[in-house]
Amino acid sequence: MKIRKLHILTHILLITFGLAMLFPFFWMIATSFKQGRAVFNLSLIPTAPTTANYVRLMTSGHFSRWFINSLICGILVTFSVLFFDSLVGYTFAKYKFRGKKLIFLLILSTMMIPTEMLVIPWYIMANNLKWANTYWGIIFPGLMSGFGTFLMRQFFDGLPNDLIDAGRIDGLNEFSIWVRVCMPLVKAALSALAIFSFVGNWNAFLWPLIISDEITKYTLPVGLSFFNGEFQTEWEMVMAGASVATIPVLVLYLIFQKQIIKGIALTGVKG
Amino acid sequence: MAHNMKKPRTLAQKNELWAYAFLCVPIIFYVVVRFYPTLYAFYLSFTDWDIVSRDMDFIGLENYFRLMGDSVFVKTLGNTIRYVVFGLPISMFLGFLLAYHINYLNRGADLYKTIYFMPYITSMVAAAWVWRWLFQPPPVGVFNNILTALNLPSQPFLRSTTQAPFAVLVTTVWADLGFQMIIFLAGLKGISEQYYEAARIDGASNMQQLQKITLPLLKPTIVFLVITGTIRYLRIFTQVMNMSTQGDGGPLNSTKPLVLYIYDTAFRSFEMGYSATMTVALFCIILIVTLIQMRITRSEDT
Amino acid sequence: MDELIKEFEAENPGIKVSQQTFPYENYNTKVASSVPTGTGPNVINLFYGWLPMYMDAGYLQPLPDSVFSPEKVEAEFFPLVSAAKFEGKYYAIPTAVRSLALFWNKDLFREAGLDPEKPPKTMEEAIEMALKLTKKDKNGNYIQEGWGLQLNGQIYHWIRETLVRQFGGTPYSADGRTVTYNNQAGYDAFTYATNLQLKSQVGMPMFMTDDVTAFKAGALAMNIDGSFRLGTLDAVKELDYGVTDIPTLNGISSNFASFWANGITSTTTGKKLEASVKFLEFLTREDVMARWLKDIGELPAKKELASRREFAEDPQYGPFIRGLADAHATMFVDEAGQRQVWLDAWDQVVLNGMSIKNAVDGAAKAEQAMLDKYYKNK
Repeated sequence: MKIRKLHILTHILLITFGLAMLFPFFWMIATSFKQGRAVFNLSLIPTAPTTANYVRLMTSGHFSRWFINSLICGILVTFSVLFFDSLVGYTFAKYKFRGKKLIFLLILSTMMIPTEMLVIPWYIMANNLKWANTYWGIIFPGLMSGFGTFLMRQFFDGLPNDLIDAGRIDGLNEFSIWVRVCMPLVKAALSALAIFSFVGNWNAFLWPLIISDEITKYTLPVGLSFFNGEFQTEWEMVMAGASVATIPVLVLYLIFQKQIIKGIALTGVKG
Repeated sequence: MAHNMKKPRTLAQKNELWAYAFLCVPIIFYVVVRFYPTLYAFYLSFTDWDIVSRDMDFIGLENYFRLMGDSVFVKTLGNTIRYVVFGLPISMFLGFLLAYHINYLNRGADLYKTIYFMPYITSMVAAAWVWRWLFQPPPVGVFNNILTALNLPSQPFLRSTTQAPFAVLVTTVWADLGFQMIIFLAGLKGISEQYYEAARIDGASNMQQLQKITLPLLKPTIVFLVITGTIRYLRIFTQVMNMSTQGDGGPLNSTKPLVLYIYDTAFRSFEMGYSATMTVALFCIILIVTLIQMRITRSEDT
Repeated sequence: MDELIKEFEAENPGIKVSQQTFPYENYNTKVASSVPTGTGPNVINLFYGWLPMYMDAGYLQPLPDSVFSPEKVEAEFFPLVSAAKFEGKYYAIPTAVRSLALFWNKDLFREAGLDPEKPPKTMEEAIEMALKLTKKDKNGNYIQEGWGLQLNGQIYHWIRETLVRQFGGTPYSADGRTVTYNNQAGYDAFTYATNLQLKSQVGMPMFMTDDVTAFKAGALAMNIDGSFRLGTLDAVKELDYGVTDIPTLNGISSNFASFWANGITSTTTGKKLEASVKFLEFLTREDVMARWLKDIGELPAKKELASRREFAEDPQYGPFIRGLADAHATMFVDEAGQRQVWLDAWDQVVLNGMSIKNAVDGAAKAEQAMLDKYYKNK
């Protein structure tokens, strides 16, 4: 009985605090459905809700372009990370070769280098090679990650070597063994990595801010950051933009909730 | 196959070749996109390159001397450390509190996880703009309206050198809380129920169980969160840039973190050399933090 | 712009213009990275405050005397054009000019019992009206501002180029290399401006996030803003507003103007150079310039044009165009940095209670350091 009472109290506190945590979202969404001077009326339920802001957002200005840019960059990086990080992780888990320890250590050590230190050299590199304002310019630094490699190695380590030997006996080449035999067995890890990678990219700010100076090449966060200029301090538009930017990751999260939490718990790093 | 069985050493050699084949593209990537730029940043830190001029002059340690006498650098470093020292413990404490309570609930746990985790996956730019408006002065600022409704005096928040860093911290903790919670939840799940059963038989209270079992066994989790959190808070940038009027970390640099100063120096003042020097400083700080982590985890293992 | 390019191409067969636009915030990084490699543009349209930086980097070449001799330029253009003159030569030619004027909300004037068609002519009148137009709630929070004080908007230009002069000073020496507002005129101007927030209490920075938002929402009665704002404000149906000349003070009127100018990059040679000069000639032709105002709302840079009646007496553009006669373009060497200095000086006074003298002297010192750094190599 005492325990049940305690639980009810916990629920009440968690719900109250949870609503407070969600308040910025409620307010963001409410404002995005207001127009004109109603924007400054702070009620959470718009008196005359309108979808006009969203229509304008997607049809005028550059917002829809930024959305597509972010989507393309996010997807390309995710595929690259999935492919290379699991390939490298697999190699370290299942092969013996000279220099293995050293190379692995070097790859891991890249996790310690802050992006901030690399952006200036990347910027120079990208400009010299004419990568500025291209998708390639935005995505090239993130094509592989030490973190993903580490994560995938842990997972491949857990696979029994017999599977690989069985594949060899069946006459598969090493690449096919990796793709056809081993990859399907680490699906959970792959989906976690995919989501980190996508979410991390979707929200990435510093590098895209530096590398894309043509307004049509912005990603969503960069566009949002300069949004006030583009729409002349129209806060309802900023809030509509912020809402739309939140939707894809939210949908992804709701679909893959279990894997994300499991993956984050296992690895503890934001993509 | 028969061929391989007769000459097992060839199989090992063949596999070694496969390994190198798998690694060749990634190795090129890491060398070109990670190691070379790192060394280049070190090199730049000894030059006065300013992006517009075509040549880089080697100026030795001049940038490093300048760094030590740069009051803005000292200020931003202080701000950054303040974010770490105040923000991280608060978000860890709240994250633990949530995890601890969600952990023993049978119902609603998933819902709570979702609610508290949402801010973490939200774009920081979007979140910063929302919070920026919440902190506005009356009549539009939501918090100030709440204060007014409660008959309390309104606050300047982002317009005050003392309150603005606090406003940034609130936003940061809000976004970061879910992450701490999830990691703590994973840590709590890893503690065997047997310990608690034994403790209950001994008549230990909830508080005693927390002190004697939960917290000690969560030590690796806590160490992990402190280290990764320190690095994350050291790199605060996006929220400040998007919450201050000019993206400048104002008023009067009171909210400006180190990374924003680095960004300004490089991409607004175009002092690439000097900015690189600051990134080297940041790198050293992060290196030290990481080394401490390795030290602690190693002593943990032995 | 697209239409003008088409016209130019039609007039000059064989020349093809391709246009690229970058947002204001990132403009410099983009151009800076493309000019030295020779892959950048031939003609660049620059905010005049950036010209020194581009000059410094050697990105611009002087305009040919045959077409743009200094004598001719100075005879035809407003004096503010001199901000594009370096070592006796013009390196860029203004196309679109912007100046300041006072925007007032007629509805709020009506509400306060003021004549909506009679905006203030002097600062004394303006403050008197602003007091009537300011509304506060019971806790002393602004609900409505009488006078906009958005420092990072146009207000810092107004203090620098209007108030300082109205108190008998000049913000900078004639060659633009020395800060000269750290004297009584500067202190007076800064006292006057900060007193609008501290003493008269008719406004504050960041009210309703910013001045434009507040004005659009009908919560700001009078605001000093640029000609480029007309389009934004016209789009707000609920708004009944007027534009008038910047109020005088101590019998002096003064305005601030800025402009975007076109220059030719240093890596442009041969046929491309010829074509670029032709293009600049075309852009500054009177009939083309007249269209800048009609089509995009940018003021004409040539004196003759601006004095045309249809322009000078336009109810919306008139005040801006009239303002050009006594407008000064600050010779920025680092526009963003020099703005930040003034913002910080304001915050020092308003937030930290620093004395006006210390704040202004501090700003002058910081700004002088920027000027020195820039001119050191000259």
